[in-house]
This record gives sequence, structure tokens and C-alpha cells, in this order.
Amino acid sequence: MVTNGDDEVEVVPVRHVGRWIGALVVALVLAMLVHTVVFSKASGGTSSRFGWAIVFHYFTTREVLDGLALTLELTALAMTIGIVLGMIIAIMRLSHNRLVSGTAWSYVWFFRGTPVYVQLLFWFNIAALYKTVTIGVPFMNVTFLHLDLVAFFTPFHTAMVGLGLNEAAYMSEIGRSGLISVDEGQIEAATSLGMTRSQTLRLVILPQAMRVIIPPTGNEVISMLKTTSLAIAVSVTELLTAVTNIYSANYEIMPLLLVASLWYLIVTTILSIGQYYVERHYAKGALRTPPPTPLQRLRQDVRGVASKMRSPRRVRPKAAA
Amino acid sequence: MSTMTPAVAMVEARGVHKSYAGVEVLRGVDLTVQRGEVTCLIGPSGSGKSTLLRCINHLEKHDAGELRVDGHLVGYELRDGKLYERNNKQICAERSRIGMVFQRFNLFQHLTVLENITIGQVKVRNVSAAAATQRARELLARVGLDAKEENYPSQLSGGQQQRVAIARALAMEPKLMLFDEPTSALDPELVGEVLDVMKDLARSGMTMVVVTHEMGFAREVADTLYFLDQGVIEESGDPREVLANPQSARLRSFLSKVL
Ligand SMILES: Nc1ncnc2c1ncn2[C@@H]1O[C@H](COP(=O)(O)OP(=O)(O)O)[C@@H](O)[C@H]1O
Ligand SMILES: [Mg+2]
Repeated sequence: MVTNGDDEVEVVPVRHVGRWIGALVVALVLAMLVHTVVFSKASGGTSSRFGWAIVFHYFTTREVLDGLALTLELTALAMTIGIVLGMIIAIMRLSHNRLVSGTAWSYVWFFRGTPVYVQLLFWFNIAALYKTVTIGVPFMNVTFLHLDLVAFFTPFHTAMVGLGLNEAAYMSEIGRSGLISVDEGQIEAATSLGMTRSQTLRLVILPQAMRVIIPPTGNEVISMLKTTSLAIAVSVTELLTAVTNIYSANYEIMPLLLVASLWYLIVTTILSIGQYYVERHYAKGALRTPPPTPLQRLRQDVRGVASKMRSPRRVRPKAAA
Repeated sequence: MSTMTPAVAMVEARGVHKSYAGVEVLRGVDLTVQRGEVTCLIGPSGSGKSTLLRCINHLEKHDAGELRVDGHLVGYELRDGKLYERNNKQICAERSRIGMVFQRFNLFQHLTVLENITIGQVKVRNVSAAAATQRARELLARVGLDAKEENYPSQLSGGQQQRVAIARALAMEPKLMLFDEPTSALDPELVGEVLDVMKDLARSGMTMVVVTHEMGFAREVADTLYFLDQGVIEESGDPREVLANPQSARLRSFLSKVL
């Protein structure tokens, strides 16, 4: 085809036939799924198969909400223990002192190497082994702390300590990978300014390590939210235990499992959004332009589609060549 | 040479040795840096130039020999005929008065240009935030980057980053500035802007030790030139003379490669 100089011609995009067929199949499967989950009736009955009326009825009952509160509390406390202790262990791993780094390594080895379920049962029964603990210097009469284990290890505390100590092992590995991701030159620059080792760690290394640490930590929080359901082993009435208690009385198993699942999904969604903004905060300086917020991205998408629909793309062949 | 009794040199190295895992990197380095002078250090890659700078700045401990900065033994204190190792706090205080500029800039990536220049003043020297900011702005104006204070390092060109790095070091009011190949990581057209800042600094009377491959800069600005080869000073003296009339075969062969 011969074009004359500056005339604009329309650009015809490639038609992706395979992509359209794929999308059609997916849409069909989704429609069937929505139909069976939401609209289909139970065999031989008039109520919906999944008992949505029952789901809505129990969704905000006292028992379920109390269970949810306990789940959130347990997640927050266990993660706090996990993150604080995990970072300490991560820093210990990098110590030049072999005893210190070796101890940190052994901690991770032990807690990663045994099932968390077993650890929970272990803490639940520890009071049988030690009625009290005294923290002090062995072989001398020096005491810092005295703890009555029988009184301390309530079901809630057992779950909190058990999940938190286990989490610390995983968090320490995440922390360590973050710490070693920071360029050696950053440490040299801080040192040459006269910063102490702890200033360098706090002011230079940790803030930059955060970029690497945050995404898997968000993953861990969400994972912890669901792992708290293991606290059923030590009879804490968190969310899952709460719905189990209800359905063991009324036998509406599926609707109540849906109640719990929906709550887990809602909290996970909120956590994911929070994680996005925390990540964005710690990306400061790492990228030339910060990534758009979800709202900004939505606006860009809408604008893009709108402008595509309004007019086909046109170019001047000469300029495009 | 001054006829008055000379002040103590800023850097005085006598037979400095340093090994890494049994490999001798510095094999008896002798070097003197007078106050207010610019000393250039040249030599092939791996000859120990960076190691020497790092020893001067207490980033590495030398194994043997005597190394004095501003009259004080680096890393040790002589009391009652014994050498006492300095503790971390003393070493940090010493380092804070020696500025260091790196080949790869090493600006703090998570801080803005302004924060890069204030953090050392505030956290190490306990200067107030307001005073630190004011000093940072003056220094940014001096290196020609006053419009960039809110930018992050990743948003600057290499030449701009290196100028910020120089400002960051100057903010600590150093008595000595060390430069480790400050222009080697830069695109050729950006080398000039960094060298200009360094020339300006030299004119202001700053004591500087510059590891460089920029022979033009050495010839024009340096008071003394040292050629380091395989861990020893092979040749030294007035840069114009040394460069025009190299005595050793090693320096001749080195110069033929870089010029
Ligand atoms: N931390 C270190 N551990 C082991 N070897 C090192 C270390 N730093 C430098 N070296 C070695 O010491 C020698 C001199 O290095 P360097 O001082 O960086 O040379 P230059 O700066 O002159 O290129 C090189 O062979 C290098 O491999
Ligand atoms: Mg080097």
C-alpha cells in the first residue's frame, strides 16, 4: 500500500481469537459456580443448597463475633511475638560471635522442624513439667523473674506463646533475608559517617530491609490468621471453635463453615489492602516513581478503555516508521 | 618545604602492612599527607589503593607499621609505653571527622537528598535538625544541587549523586577527605561536574587524598602524587614531574595503559 506523506491511517489491532475462546469458557464455569452456590435449591427442598439464610442468621451472632475477636487478638499477639523475636534472632544469626549465631540457628532448626500442632500441645502440658519458672543466674542466688506456669498457661496464653514462638522461627528467616539484601556500600557509608553498629542497623539497614521483609510478612500475618484455628487443640474458642460449637448443636455444618470462611476472607482482604499501603511506604526511594494506589490504577484502566472505545488508534506511517 | 617547624602531618604512614587471609595486600606503605594539600594516589587495579584508604578511615585494621591521622595512632592509643586498642565509641568519633566518598556513591537509598546530608550531623554529631538542614542547604548550593533536596538518590544522575555524596561527607566538617575513584562509575560527560566540585574543595584548603585515574586532575590539582604498585609505594613526588618523567618501568607501563 502506498501512503502519501502525512496522512493518518487507522491501526487495526491483532484479533486474539484463542484468548476470546478461553475467556468464554472461564465465564461459563464462573456462571455455573455462582448458580450452584447462590441460587440452586437443596435436593428435594426449597431452601438454598448452601443455606444462605442460615449463614446470614449466624453471621453476626454474639458467639461468632466473640470468636472472631479472639482470632484477631490471637493473630495480633502471636505475630507481635513472632516479629519482635524473629528480628532479634535474625540479628543474632548475623553476629560474629559463634555462640550467639549458633543459638539462633538452633532455635530456627527446632521450631521449623517440628509441627506447630505438636508445639501447641507441648506448651499446653508444660505446666505439668514445671509448675514455676525462675529466671536468674544458675548456681547462684540471683533471680530476675519468677513465673507461676500453672496460672500463666491459660488456653489463650498457650496458643499465643505457642504460635508466637513458632512464628519467630519463620520471621527470623524473612528478617535475615531482608538484612542481607541491603548493599554492603550502604553499611560502609554509614560507618564512615561515624555511626555505631546499632545506629547503622536502625537508621540505614532496617529501613531498607523492610522492602524485602514486608511482602512475606504480610503473607505470614494472613497465614497466622488461619493458623489460629489450630488453637482449637488447646480449647481456645476462636472463630473456628465458635462455629464448631454451634454446628455440633444444630448440625448446620456447611452454612456455619461458610460463616467462618467468609469472615476469614473479609479479614484477609482488609489485611491485603493494608499490606499494599505499607509496601508502598517502604518503597520510598527504591523506585523512580511510586506505584499507583489501587484507586489510581482503576482510574487509569477506565481512562484507557474509554479512550480505546472512543476512537481507534491512528498514526502517521512516516512518523511511526 | 616550610622553614618553620612543620605542623604534624594529617596522615603519616610508616611501613603499613595489611593482609587478607594470608595474602599481603599492603606490604610496607610509606606516605605523608600534609595539611591543606591534595594527594593523589594512582596504581593498577588490585594494588591496594582502596585498602589503604580504608585503613586510614579505620574501616580496616592494619596489621603492622605505624599509621597516624592528625597525629593520633589509628585504632590505638599509646599510654605508659603500651598500645591500647581504642573502643568503638572512640573509633566512631574519629571516623566522623574523616569524610569518605565512594566509587559507587553509596547514598542512603531510602532517604531524600536533604536527609542524606542531615542524618550524620543529627545522629552522630548531635546537631539540631534546624542547624543541620541549614548547613545541608548551604552545601547543596555549593555543589550546585539546591533544587534537588526533596529528590531520592535513584532520581538523580550519577554525577548528581556523587556531588550529593561529597556534600554528605562535608556536612560532618571533616578535617580530611578521602575519595576512592569518585569518577570511575560515571559516564564520561558527567566526570567534569564532579571534578569541578573537587577542585573547588581543594582551593578552599581541604586536605584530600584522592584515588583516581584522572591524570589531568592529578597534574592540575595534586600537590603530591603517589604511585602504588603491588602494595608498596613505587614512586612519588610532584605530579607534573612524576607523570612527565616516570623513573620505574612499572609506572611507565601503567601510564601507557591509562593515558
Ligand atoms: N575484604 C577483603 N577480603 C579479601 N581480600 C580483599 C578484601 N578487600 C580487598 N581484598 C584484596 O586486596 C587486594 C587489593 O584490593 P584493593 O585495595 O581494593 O585494590 P585497589 O583499590 O587498588 O583496586 C585485591 O587483590 C583484593 O582482592
Ligand atoms: Mg579500589
